[in-house]
Amino acid sequence: MLIAFKLKLALACAAGLAGPLAVAPLLSATDTRGGALVVEQAMVQVHAGALSYRVAGDFTRGGKQAAAPLRTIVFEKPLAIMRRQVSAADYQACVDDTACRALERGVAVAADRPAVQVNYHDAVNYAGWLSRKTGAHYRLPSDEEWAFAAGSRFKDDGLPVDEDDPSKRWIARYERESERKPGSSAPRAFGSFGINENGLADVAGNVWEWTSTCFVRGALDGAGNSVSSKANCGVRVVEGQHRAYVTDFIRDARAGGCAVGVPPDNLGFRLVREPLPLMSRLSAGLGRALHAPRS
Amino acid sequence: MLTRRAALLSAAATALILAAPIPSRAADDLKLPRQKVELVAPPFVHAHEQATKQGPKIMQFTLTIEEKKVVIDEKGTTFQAMTFNGSMPGPLMVVHEGDYVEVKLVNPASSSMPHNVDFHSATGALGGAELTLVNPGEEVTLRWKATRTGTFVYHCAPGGPMIPWHVVSGMNGAVMVLPREGLTDGKGKPIKYDHVYYVGEQDMYVPRDEKGNFKSYDSPGDSYTDTVEVMRKLTPSHVVFNGKVGALTGKNALTAKVGETVLIVHSQANRDSRPHLIGGHGDYVWETGKFSNAPETGLETWFIRGGSAGAATYKFLQPGIYAYVTHNLIEAVELGATAHFKVEGKWNDDLMTQVKAPSEIPPANTH
Repeated sequence: MLIAFKLKLALACAAGLAGPLAVAPLLSATDTRGGALVVEQAMVQVHAGALSYRVAGDFTRGGKQAAAPLRTIVFEKPLAIMRRQVSAADYQACVDDTACRALERGVAVAADRPAVQVNYHDAVNYAGWLSRKTGAHYRLPSDEEWAFAAGSRFKDDGLPVDEDDPSKRWIARYERESERKPGSSAPRAFGSFGINENGLADVAGNVWEWTSTCFVRGALDGAGNSVSSKANCGVRVVEGQHRAYVTDFIRDARAGGCAVGVPPDNLGFRLVREPLPLMSRLSAGLGRALHAPRS
Repeated sequence: MLTRRAALLSAAATALILAAPIPSRAADDLKLPRQKVELVAPPFVHAHEQATKQGPKIMQFTLTIEEKKVVIDEKGTTFQAMTFNGSMPGPLMVVHEGDYVEVKLVNPASSSMPHNVDFHSATGALGGAELTLVNPGEEVTLRWKATRTGTFVYHCAPGGPMIPWHVVSGMNGAVMVLPREGLTDGKGKPIKYDHVYYVGEQDMYVPRDEKGNFKSYDSPGDSYTDTVEVMRKLTPSHVVFNGKVGALTGKNALTAKVGETVLIVHSQANRDSRPHLIGGHGDYVWETGKFSNAPETGLETWFIRGGSAGAATYKFLQPGIYAYVTHNLIEAVELGATAHFKVEGKWNDDLMTQVKAPSEIPPANTH
């Protein structure tokens, strides 16, 4: 099984490097055995490239608070990611198929509005269900992938660190989070927040999107290289107007009380797909063939 | 249908309205200087002397009633507000002991209801409520003498079930009557402040539809029946500072510098509250708000009785972001009662330092 998965990745890699890099919108309805109508969303392909990326998490150097390191991330293959966030109607199909937890009352089941007030597990469940229904492999993007696809809408959240005065960083973060665009948090029709240079709709609008990246606490050496890190996967990175860290079972991120900061308006998600369906089927077949003699 | 009380009210109001344009005999007899004060919307407070060497004056204020539909949270929930001067709470009025407070209450023709005002700081006639009932299109002028020092609530009280409804719809505010010699610690030491902020807390009762979504109404009258039903359960849908969730956070956060002293006046016209400054304290706290009593010192949390206003000073000693909440944290976080202070200055390691940053727990020593 593991071999098959690795092979899939390898094939996807090859396909990515060799294949056309054009945008490949795909919108097809598949009638499934469960009766639910599974709508495969339009995807965009973000061209291979590089990204200057501020690592998510909290870092220390010599036991003192330090700025998160800035890295260059190279994407050697294009990234296939949903053009828009998963809609409330898309998500409801998974609920109707008893594979996803119901939406909160008050979230309108609409095809032109994002599924909001969903937690990390809801997003992962949906990705698993969609993968089973379509035969493709859908998953949440990592924070790096989200940043890459978000392009100019991804904001570096590096903050000045004054080793002697922790308040400077808190105030700087508070002020930046307070810069958010004014407006209602009510979910709006897809496209309301525009399209970015990679063709993604509504990036950094009023829906923050779950990523698969865990909250990391790391220690750096003098040169800024990581000497140790510990991931806490009960808290995941969510991305939008600013980067936030949200406990995985939270559906509605609120602030107030001790949490002095500005919370995401809404929590939603979009998925990446790998590999292409054709290659997936091919690799699955190959995988079975290769796997057979061993079983 | 005209009851005796209503007839009296209307007669009183008419008498005052007739008298208003011409200064009354009593006012002439006072032979006191007059000072007209332009009120400002909370959390800010109009300029005033903390202590005064001047003699008593007639302090003139105008409160104009405004009924309007407002948004009270980030989800866009709407609320049929009734306000003094357009803000929830109404503005803080500051005078000194012995001053006369002359308030013109204006109820524009665009209003849908009669309104009045009851000053807890005033003596007689239900705090002036009996003498100030004005119909849409009317105005009235009331004068009362500030005989007691402290922070006091004022609110609309137009009779019967209208009273709580008007109060929780926004018609509440506060008066601060300062001792002429200024605030002291009760042992003769003067207490000064660099900033004064007025935090008006309000419980709100927004009805929901059968799906659980907040309902929106076209007028106060349309919202009345449903709202009273929610009010009678005594479970607010929102508890907010200054009229809406987030009114005093983010870009609207209150500000101060390390070393500065702030005076926070906190009113709650209807329901108990327990202010707490997270990461700070109350240096001098007049929990009941009355300056003839010595303030308590060094408090962590203080209590504001429903229907009163209290005052607390704090000198900020450390920079950073502070949350000022009601320390029923469910109300602070889930219902909205949170404000922030943004305080700039130099960090004091002696007061607090992170001795060791978070890191993995070392393996247990087996020796």
